[in-house]
Amino acid sequence: MWQPGRPQLATIKTVLFALCLAPFARLVWGVAYDALGANPVEAVTHSTGWWTLFLLCATLTVTPLRRLTGANWLLKLRRMLGLFAFFYVVLHFLTYVWLDQWFDVMAMAKDVLKRPYITVGFTGFLLLIPLAITSADSMRRRLGRSWQRLHRFVYLIAIFGVLHFWWLVKRDVTEPAIFALVLAGLLGARAVWALRQRGTRERAGSATLRVQPGRMM
Amino acid sequence: MLIRKPSDIAPSEITSPSAYRRRRTFLRRAVALGLAARLLPASAQSAAARKLPGRPGPFSTDEKPTPYKDVTTYNNFYEFGTSKSDPAIYAPEMKTRPWTVTVDGEVKRKGEFGIEDLLKLAPLEDRTYRHRCVEAWSMVIPWVGYPLAELIKRVEPTGNAKYVAYTTRLDPESMVGTRLPMLDWPYVEGLRMDEAMHPLALLTFGLYGEVLPNQNGAPLRVVVPWKYGFKSAKSIVKITFTEKQPRTAWNTAAPDEYGFYSNVNPNVDHPRWSQARERRIGEDGIFAPKRKTLMFNGYADEVAGLYSGMDLRKYF
Repeated sequence: MWQPGRPQLATIKTVLFALCLAPFARLVWGVAYDALGANPVEAVTHSTGWWTLFLLCATLTVTPLRRLTGANWLLKLRRMLGLFAFFYVVLHFLTYVWLDQWFDVMAMAKDVLKRPYITVGFTGFLLLIPLAITSADSMRRRLGRSWQRLHRFVYLIAIFGVLHFWWLVKRDVTEPAIFALVLAGLLGARAVWALRQRGTRERAGSATLRVQPGRMM
Repeated sequence: MLIRKPSDIAPSEITSPSAYRRRRTFLRRAVALGLAARLLPASAQSAAARKLPGRPGPFSTDEKPTPYKDVTTYNNFYEFGTSKSDPAIYAPEMKTRPWTVTVDGEVKRKGEFGIEDLLKLAPLEDRTYRHRCVEAWSMVIPWVGYPLAELIKRVEPTGNAKYVAYTTRLDPESMVGTRLPMLDWPYVEGLRMDEAMHPLALLTFGLYGEVLPNQNGAPLRVVVPWKYGFKSAKSIVKITFTEKQPRTAWNTAAPDEYGFYSNVNPNVDHPRWSQARERRIGEDGIFAPKRKTLMFNGYADEVAGLYSGMDLRKYF
């Protein structure tokens, strides 16, 4: 299996960084030149939301891809993908708070409590915050085993994100359905591997009378 | 006795032989002119053909009209796809001539009406109305049309006619969106008879002084400005008078979200979003707060009487 060297990895990371930033650059350009169509607030909301979901799925693709291809270096890109997902969800949230609701706290509180799609979306956003905060290497070292347990919340967050999308569309669920299928595949693969691993371990365990706590990240 | 009167055509008025001989030149020039007209850019040529002038009509708002570009590129017309940019791309495929509208049901003068006759049925008026979509955005659109009541009166509904339903064309060939079961095609919307007879309800043929672009419902549509936009059905091919409340497209799709009446009402939220405010397309920039939605979209003085004594939360 091909492994990038240190300079190659740096190049890959730079390119990925630029790619992840491109949708944001397009939005900034669109706002500056009034090129976002008839309803620019809607355009910004949809775009930032869509890229959040896309990047969450990309983050969750790293492990299955690594296991299937053996390209372990992909793991080194995962944090950037996750942080960009967080970057776009922050923009998405700010668009809602500022451009859509115009800081109307009462209206927003009502939305979060009354409207299931906003409730799940908001919950997903809150859950993503600790993951972003603990993404640094130092935090990972400090938290040890609980770091991995904490970061498994990303499964739930992605599900909430897709639900948020599904419940808000008026009639045409094609796009949320595609995201749901992709996510089902990504999480399903993990479930299958976890079950298989448990099977192997139980066989091994019955021989050695030792059962280790599972890992499935 | 017959006395021969002198001809009242003066000799000077008779075509001179030289002019008569020039007739061939004249014909040649006329043909050349016709060819030139054909070769002109389609836009310049059709600009004249697209004109649809109306006389000033009542009920017009003096608010700033939404730019033509926004009115004609940001549309909900699911027959051409569910994205708001789809109709402007796919609707030009639809042929709007010849076009007939079938009138049937509880009505004395059933029959088919050609679009050319409908255009001449009553004087066309310019009416600038507010347009409020159920998705919480709004526009101000200078329509061209005449009251729906003008047509209804002429076809003489019977005493049993309590409702009027109007049906959008269904042609999977040119309407790509209808190949998917997004809604229960064809698209049907409807009004109670007194709503349909209200002078605000407009049978609409144009906007901005020109014939309707296809994505806006050519060649004719209904505009009911005090109701959410989906009640103002486009590209109408049938008008049916009924005794019972007709089954309507969005009400059938999601009865808890879209009522038969669907009057604009800031106090009754859509189950999934607030209807208290709206974004005025093309005017409220990206860094502008939304504006308050008005009861009956600002037409309360005209139409509130139609609903006196009705619980508007129940009949949303």
